[in-house]
Amino acid sequence: MVKLTIDNRPIEVEAGTTILKAARQNGIDIPTLCYFELAGMNFENKPGGCRVCVVEVEGRRNLAPACVTECMEGMVVHTHNARVINARKTVVELILSDHPNDCLQCAKSGDCELQALATKLGIREIPFKGEQSTYRKDTTKSVYRDMDKCVMCRRCETMCNQIQSVGALSAINRGFPAVVSPAFESDLGTTSCVNCGQCVQVCPVGALTLVDNVSDVMKALADPTKTVVVQTAPAVRVALGEEFGMEPGTIVTGKMAAALRRIGFDYVFDTDWSADLTIMEEGTELLHRVAKVLNGEKVAMPQFTSCCPAWIMFMEKNFPDLLDNLSTAKSPQQMFGPVAKNFFAKKIGVKREDMVVVSVMPCLAKKSEVAREEFKVNGDPDVNFSISTRELAHLIKQFNIDLSQLPEEDFDSPLGESTGAAVIFGATGGVMEAALRTAYEVHTKKTLPRIDFEEVRGLDGVKTATVDFDGLPVKVAVCHTLSNARAMMEEVRNGNPRGFHFIEVMACPGGCIGGAGQPYHHGNSDIIRKRMEATYREDAGKPIRKSHENPDIIAIYKEYYGEPCGHLSHEQLHTHYIDRSTKVEIEG
Amino acid sequence: MATIKLSECNMKVIKEICESFGNKEGELINVLHKTQGHFGYLPAEVQEYVAECLHIPVAKVYGVVSFYSFFTMTPKGEHPINVCLGTACYVRGAEKVLDALKNELKIEVGQVTPDGKFSLNCLRCVGACGLAPVMSIGGKTYGRMTPEKVKEVLAEYNN
Repeated sequence: MVKLTIDNRPIEVEAGTTILKAARQNGIDIPTLCYFELAGMNFENKPGGCRVCVVEVEGRRNLAPACVTECMEGMVVHTHNARVINARKTVVELILSDHPNDCLQCAKSGDCELQALATKLGIREIPFKGEQSTYRKDTTKSVYRDMDKCVMCRRCETMCNQIQSVGALSAINRGFPAVVSPAFESDLGTTSCVNCGQCVQVCPVGALTLVDNVSDVMKALADPTKTVVVQTAPAVRVALGEEFGMEPGTIVTGKMAAALRRIGFDYVFDTDWSADLTIMEEGTELLHRVAKVLNGEKVAMPQFTSCCPAWIMFMEKNFPDLLDNLSTAKSPQQMFGPVAKNFFAKKIGVKREDMVVVSVMPCLAKKSEVAREEFKVNGDPDVNFSISTRELAHLIKQFNIDLSQLPEEDFDSPLGESTGAAVIFGATGGVMEAALRTAYEVHTKKTLPRIDFEEVRGLDGVKTATVDFDGLPVKVAVCHTLSNARAMMEEVRNGNPRGFHFIEVMACPGGCIGGAGQPYHHGNSDIIRKRMEATYREDAGKPIRKSHENPDIIAIYKEYYGEPCGHLSHEQLHTHYIDRSTKVEIEG
Repeated sequence: MATIKLSECNMKVIKEICESFGNKEGELINVLHKTQGHFGYLPAEVQEYVAECLHIPVAKVYGVVSFYSFFTMTPKGEHPINVCLGTACYVRGAEKVLDALKNELKIEVGQVTPDGKFSLNCLRCVGACGLAPVMSIGGKTYGRMTPEKVKEVLAEYNN
């Protein structure tokens, strides 16, 4: 242990602790910009580059960056004296001297950490005039890059490489032209990027933002010839409230449905409904595969979940040899589309082309998923627009709706009723648990002795379990973040030594609740934890908690699809994957 | 993602260089050094293939290539010209020599003439300050350069 004094308070910390951590552990706030930590998820970005966290250490000639300076015995630290504050202010002024400062139009305004610092330090003018760095703007279907706003904190680079193991971004060049970019400054969409959008979630400023589809939705809502249908993903309801000042973990399912109705959506449906449908298809597919294995037939095992479009893209770009292991079941978003535009449109007498399907997702990869060619019929996408939780919050605010004052309303029928199994899709391990609840009962024809599979819950990077299917041991694994997924895929490639049958992967930390389209958590992993607790609370409170017991799911099989993995469901609810890996070609 | 197009022989060279460093990620700078020594420069395809061999993202490779001024993505000319801009050469008029070269070759520093004959670069001190200002073409050094002598020196290579 090391004893030191911070702001006249005696403090004792473990040797090796930085001044920043020591201060935070003791409730002393030192402002930071480049520093970023997601506690408990193995993510710490501390390039020590921005110098916003400088503090005075008595006896030391210059100021010390708190994020990379270790506490020493007897140290006397001042985090907020006049010298420190003046230096900190100069640092921020210098950063602002090479920043567009267009806060009024900036997508990050209100959520920007640089803006917050400038406000806190009372910056009223920028005394430094100099060159401005300018870069080409670049966009994928999900992520918009305006690197003129980059402050070189390198959080995105750490996220992309260390946590996601995607490796699309790196710091390039040297000195003033230095910036974070794909190789050769090429378009992000042409690289190994999988559109998970986690770079956007951690960017402190407006350099990396989402591709905003709110105006597309507004156009559809204003068009009287269109029937506009909305679906909301499981993870949205446990996070949307944060945008309206509610405590993290507040469940706003009913208020959200009410808000969507007031905004003018003609039908307010639920992606949870199609999550139940996904379980029917994906669970049945798993049982078919297991039956084939038991029969000695050759079939790709283990089966991987297919709900997460960033994970799908990751597989297509990195593990083309394992594409057959991916469940062919579409994601809940993409199952909802064809059900709405075929089954439901017919039911209400609306032509496919006159129906607009909007999804509200915690995710940015979903924006790229709706644009995939295989999810279109004659150029008409099954899901027209995917907006994020944050965009929905903006939309609600534009309509001047006070979410907290709204009554709790239900979703519309018949694509609105869902079970607890669908709700937990939002958290890492949830799809697995939902699938186990159904697959067990369908396979054994017995009622589950206990419905909660605690062993696949929680924020551990990789979780495993063996579930006894009435004498048949089913081995499952659950991973979140793509670096954990990559390690698992290498293991499967090397012969699947642990003999897994079913593996769930979600690209984002914590699963969809930590998605890139969710309200910014600014590195506070407690927020993700609280969203997770809310998810399981919502599940526990549902009268029906198994997908195969959802009456509207039973009805649609009876009325329309026949049986899971049947002919019509194969046509509408299943898909295929494309090898998008880098190819080495011999020239000449 | 990308398709990397390389001739079989170039592929073999890169593969061997990477192998000679044990395909280790930490040897990236050494690998790039040797690879540039072979090709004269590091075009995108070469960096892509180095990344492939070392199992690292190409963005990281490009990050290193773009960081160090030693590495270049532009091919060198048949006769690479280097003008010394070290202190001694500079005070004795190296910049005027450089301007004369730019005028004569109609290229900027870091570029190659369209016929691929000459490339133009600057460096800091070749250890021949007594001969300042100094320039070199290929392995040959030219001392006490003047703008007027530029044409005559280049003429040596023009046939």
